[in-house]
Amino acid sequence: MNIEQPRIKIRGLSKRFEDKVILDEVDLDIMPGKSMTVIGMSGTGKSVLIKCILGLLKPDSGEILVDGEDWLALNQQEQLKRMRRVGMLFQGAALFDSLPVWENVAFALLRHGENKNTARERASEVLAWVGLPSIEDLMPSELSGGMAKRVGLARTICHKPDIVFLDEPTTGLDPIMSDVINRLIVRLHKGSGTTIISITHDMKSAAMISDHIAMLCHGRIHRQITPDQLDSDQDPVLRQFIEGRAEGPVNCSAWGKDIEEAVKR
Amino acid sequence: MKFLQSFGTLFEALLTQLGLYASTLGQVVKLIFTAPRYPRFILNQAEEVGVQSLPVVLLTALFTGMVLALQSYIVFHRFAAESMIAVVVSLSMVRELGPVLVGLMVAGRIGASFAAELGTMRVSEQIDALWTLSTNPMRYLIMPRVIAATLMLPLLVVVSDFIGIYGGYAISVFMLDQNPAVYLEKSTEFMELKDFYSGLVKAAFFGMLIGVIGCTEGFNCKGGAAGVGKATTRAVVISCMSILIFDYFLTAWMFG
Repeated sequence: MNIEQPRIKIRGLSKRFEDKVILDEVDLDIMPGKSMTVIGMSGTGKSVLIKCILGLLKPDSGEILVDGEDWLALNQQEQLKRMRRVGMLFQGAALFDSLPVWENVAFALLRHGENKNTARERASEVLAWVGLPSIEDLMPSELSGGMAKRVGLARTICHKPDIVFLDEPTTGLDPIMSDVINRLIVRLHKGSGTTIISITHDMKSAAMISDHIAMLCHGRIHRQITPDQLDSDQDPVLRQFIEGRAEGPVNCSAWGKDIEEAVKR
Repeated sequence: MKFLQSFGTLFEALLTQLGLYASTLGQVVKLIFTAPRYPRFILNQAEEVGVQSLPVVLLTALFTGMVLALQSYIVFHRFAAESMIAVVVSLSMVRELGPVLVGLMVAGRIGASFAAELGTMRVSEQIDALWTLSTNPMRYLIMPRVIAATLMLPLLVVVSDFIGIYGGYAISVFMLDQNPAVYLEKSTEFMELKDFYSGLVKAAFFGMLIGVIGCTEGFNCKGGAAGVGKATTRAVVISCMSILIFDYFLTAWMFG
């Protein structure tokens, strides 16, 4: 495969909900084996972007090419087949309440006709990899937030996908557990060369797990940098976000004005 | 003008909802003809819809048969036509009350359960997770539930018919001193096969309605815990109303 060809190529992707424009002509390339993190304020469309790539939302216009194939042109059956290449870690882990941990982890394998014993063995192997051995028979309700996230990560990679999506992998976790998750992601990326697309607000996590960082602002990719440039880049919007200031260039938006007024009050 | 606007909005919402139900039903019918069909999930759901609903259905049918016998007696006694109690009880149960009451009971129990379960899965992104694990949520979650509800309602109605008729028998024979042999004879004397199977056709149709409405409401639920609550309420109310409305049309179609 040509290494110069992007694994995921997004062109002119737009999505609006009623009158609100969420994504406005987004262009983004994610190269094979690279880890791209999309950062941006809440409500800027990071999750919508990932959901459009995965076919969970239908964009209004634009192209999503994965290894040159237009995923938006596929029918539902073909889209589902392509999902075998994909793993997705949801923000709340989204474990299936009615299934024990091992069946959650091996879900994709079992659905694709894998033998039950083999699937369980693979689940145990991946659970051990995320540092959770011997919890195969627990139910999701018995897990802590950090454990659920790691089980979610185990489920994401159990069927060996070559593209992994991570939706706020460290949100809601304590700093130590965040570091554990970040290290696992780095291990996954370095160890298997998986292409990773993450979205996060956590700048420490972004710096640790990314090869490239793209900032989404007002529905567009505002800036793309490498983690090394996080401290040195002087773009005012990026700086405001990294430094976590309520005042700055994004205040010109209605959202910013609301915040500014709230701060004044 | 405002009235027209409100009416238009309401009409649009109604059409959208009907479109969603029709779309769910269409997709389920299409999916039935292709593998995988998840027979184990259909059995699990059948157990949930059928076996778990039995106590509610039995109790409802028993007391309905009993009250029907008691009410009929009050009227027929005036004309010394008490033997007709059995006819009223059996025909009412088999043709009308069996399917409708079982439908309403199951709508309350199962329609709510489908909507709440799928709604919770929707708001906690479990349905999205199914898709990313290359599993069609419609096939995995909705198809088994709709099939189970459609198949189990007629079976529940058969049980309910017998129990309802027995309830009438118990009141007539043990309380109103009617002749048991005459009661049993009259129970079947005016009954035709069509009376029996029309009830089963209605039950299957009501089961399909409950499955489609409950699952569609849950599957398309929005807005967190409050959204799940609303979806559950809507599922029960719309299922019950649909059962009563379609009962008229089915009766008119089969006996009109």
